[in-house]
Amino acid sequence: MIEHNLPALQVLLPLFAAPLLLFLVRWPTLAWALTTAVCWATFLVSALLLEAVWTGGPISYAHGGWEPPYGIEYWVDTANAFVLLIIAGISAIVMPFARDSVEQEVDRDRIAWFYSAFLLANAGLLGIAITGDAFNIFVFFEISAIASYALIAMGKDRRALLASFTYLIMGTIGTTFLLIGIGFLYMMTGTLNLADLAERLPAVRDTTTIRAAFAFIAVGISLKLALFPLHLWLPNAYTYAPSMVTVFLSATATKVAIYVLLRFFYSVFGVEFSFGVLPMGYVLMPLALLGILLPSIVAIFQADVKRMLAYSSVAQVGYIILGFSFASTLGLMAAMLHLFNHAITKAALFMALGAIVYRIGSTRIDDMAGIARDMPWTMAAFVVGGLSLIGIPLTAGFITKWHLLLAALEAGFWPIAVFLLATSLIAVIYIWRVVEAAYFLERPANAPPVREAPPALLLPTWGLALASVVFGIYTALPVGAAAKAAAILLGGYP
Amino acid sequence: MSPEMAIGLALATPLAGMLLMLLFARVPNLRDTMMVLTAATMFAMVLQVLPEVQAGARPSLELFELMPGLSIAFEVEPLGMLFALVASGLWIVTALYAIGYMRGAKEKHHTRFYAFFAIALFSALGIAFAKNMFTLFVFYEILSISTYPLVAHKGNEAAKRGARIYLGLLLGTSIGFQLLAILLTWSLTGTLDFTDGGIMEGKVGHGVGAILLLLYMYGIGKAALMPFHRWLPEAMVAPTPVSALLHAVAVVKAGVFTVLKVSVYLFGLDYLQDLVTTEWVMYIAAFTMIAASLVAMQQDNLKARLAYSTVSQLSYIVLGAMLASQIAAIGGGMHIAMHAFGKITLFFCAGAIYVATKKTEISQMDGLGRRMPFTMGAFLLGALCVIGAPPMGGLWSKWHLILGALDSGQQLMIAVFLVSTLLNVAYLIPPVIRAFLRPPKDGYTGGIKEAPLLCVAPLTFTALGAFAMFFLAGPLRGLLEGMFP
Repeated sequence: MIEHNLPALQVLLPLFAAPLLLFLVRWPTLAWALTTAVCWATFLVSALLLEAVWTGGPISYAHGGWEPPYGIEYWVDTANAFVLLIIAGISAIVMPFARDSVEQEVDRDRIAWFYSAFLLANAGLLGIAITGDAFNIFVFFEISAIASYALIAMGKDRRALLASFTYLIMGTIGTTFLLIGIGFLYMMTGTLNLADLAERLPAVRDTTTIRAAFAFIAVGISLKLALFPLHLWLPNAYTYAPSMVTVFLSATATKVAIYVLLRFFYSVFGVEFSFGVLPMGYVLMPLALLGILLPSIVAIFQADVKRMLAYSSVAQVGYIILGFSFASTLGLMAAMLHLFNHAITKAALFMALGAIVYRIGSTRIDDMAGIARDMPWTMAAFVVGGLSLIGIPLTAGFITKWHLLLAALEAGFWPIAVFLLATSLIAVIYIWRVVEAAYFLERPANAPPVREAPPALLLPTWGLALASVVFGIYTALPVGAAAKAAAILLGGYP
Repeated sequence: MSPEMAIGLALATPLAGMLLMLLFARVPNLRDTMMVLTAATMFAMVLQVLPEVQAGARPSLELFELMPGLSIAFEVEPLGMLFALVASGLWIVTALYAIGYMRGAKEKHHTRFYAFFAIALFSALGIAFAKNMFTLFVFYEILSISTYPLVAHKGNEAAKRGARIYLGLLLGTSIGFQLLAILLTWSLTGTLDFTDGGIMEGKVGHGVGAILLLLYMYGIGKAALMPFHRWLPEAMVAPTPVSALLHAVAVVKAGVFTVLKVSVYLFGLDYLQDLVTTEWVMYIAAFTMIAASLVAMQQDNLKARLAYSTVSQLSYIVLGAMLASQIAAIGGGMHIAMHAFGKITLFFCAGAIYVATKKTEISQMDGLGRRMPFTMGAFLLGALCVIGAPPMGGLWSKWHLILGALDSGQQLMIAVFLVSTLLNVAYLIPPVIRAFLRPPKDGYTGGIKEAPLLCVAPLTFTALGAFAMFFLAGPLRGLLEGMFP
């Protein structure tokens, strides 16, 4: 029984648990415990789903027994099961970390509300990834976005409000564009089911309406995934959000949007249309390259480390989009791989920063001077994450770079290979600034004594830092899943 | 013990030793004993592998497969055997010397220093034993990163600036050029294994091969080919044991070792001969040799002079590889060992002088021979070895290199070797003359007052080693001939 309803449970667990939390406003610890239990349950569900589709092939789930394409269909194959695993996995690992961090950064009487919003955001993101229905994608985008606005606005710094408001404006424009695009598609095909759309589109694809739909969807989702130059909402949102929210959103929110774009480009519209009829390769590639270069350079000059990593996230989106713009199996595989590898790497880095905020209340590079002596474990985790971000061999980041570079060489773009190597040196610079400050400067004279972060913060941080090393050595799971996902996305719906 | 096991243990020893040193950080004497024991154990393990390799076998060990066809694996061939022996053997001596130096010069943070030192040796051994270019690259990067804290050890502005240039140039070249070259090699040939006769022939066109060669030669920044040599003089801000073992032996030799390895086992000498850029790199190396010697002559700071001398000597080996003749490659391999003994002695002496007198400039060394006769005597022997004068080991490597130049018909290169030798004399002998033949400027009459025993004994030992190498050249050549079965 449960086995057959796994796809539904994946979304419904967090969605139904969210309102329950409102009964626990007076018992924040209980609210935390329930959220944790739900997150781990969804993680388990996502692992079971991945295992099921890895061996048994895609699963189609008809909600309420309404057969697709008339009812809402959940569609799980290796491509989105992999994305589901990333989202659910990060939410599960971030929860033990959240308890202390949230208690300090969020007002006590709002903690249950906070977790409720978190579960809604989680459900929204999972829903986007799992659903096989275009309109449903829009709905889940809105669910996750509205919850995220609330989450970001709960940041301690008053500037969080403005950051959240900017995100709201930009995000709403993005989802509105998406909705317009979906509306056009519906107008021309009379269906909202993605597989059905893929089947019906070729007949009408040479119309202006379909091209307009494509443009609206591409721009709308690009706003959500912070493709350069539509990334302006991201740095502030990540900087001023509570630590735990930054960890979660940076690892998942943009990744899901990227997945949706991949789905639309490759499976719904088809490679031939997106990259043949329309020159998306030539549109995306320059944006990706600029998106890698400029934010990386901007990152060097940030005085706040959290903000620096936010810009680095924009650059990492560039890497993923670049792999995707080659329109080759290898490039797509590199993109899928980086969804995973960057999620764990960046989450580890933001968690280490969260631990530092917990102790010194700041992530300014000046305030972090000499911190490595007092918080050796936290900073060591930061260094490991940083090495993976740079792409040093035997870290997860290297595996991505390797595939991405091979994809560039395979497509004959060797200057891009040179460019990629050069930009990873920029990452060396911005990570090294932090390392040098933390390890080789003295603590400021007036700084109060600092203790190492508590184990509840350290353990999840180290879990992810170690994961970014382990997945750089034992690559069977991510590389295998990414290869399967790439094949599935390129193949379209069966 | 099986050679496979010995390889694994040799690699594991420095890591285990590092943990022990961290564990006993509070008990300096115990910690320092651990370091010496670690070095000795590692050397013993490396020795275990030697008979097999001498017999012509290539014992190997695979750790894990990263991606299909791409694994972290080790295989010991003659050149790697030699490099491993030199690096691990000289670590024992350096460990003793480091104890004397770090205490004598009152440096801080001993444990951190020794721990990163052990990691550096671990990665040097990984480079020596690497079975494929990917493994070599991984350890090459670990070596760059693990030596950064050693260079920045003093923590002052100068040390941090030097360390930044050091890491920037080494990582910049290795990620910018070397990794690109490795990727190209992999995508063109489908393998990165070191193979007798090379892997390029018939798979990579000569045009692409020529570009690949440039990418490799400049990607191996540790070989200090001009204009990417600046990191080496900058690294001299490090305490002297680092300059001695790492920046005269392990790190820089890892660079030229990689050059030889890439030339012999990836390109293959025959293929190398047909590339246009081989000659270019040869001329760049010749230029580096002469230019660095000229710069060395103008340095008053002893360690800076030795550093530029190293830059020059490294190019001997690069040039040897680019001559693309077997005898020159063997000469290059021999030079790894010979120069190691000579240069480590010179650096030990520079450190001993600093510990005993706080002097760092050559112009301050007048009459120093009366105060430190052992040190300055060893300095003379080390200098003779680097120059390549009999009866020191350095003679034989230069001999083979010149034979190689003759073999490939590059008469001009013979002249370059000879001019460079003269320049060596011109910058290495004056300090000795000052020390022994001039009266002390400060009117010192206190008699013999050497640095601590733990400084003087190692440098005497390595100076004698440089002498002994004169007689060991035969077996050494025998070992290296195994490179070309």
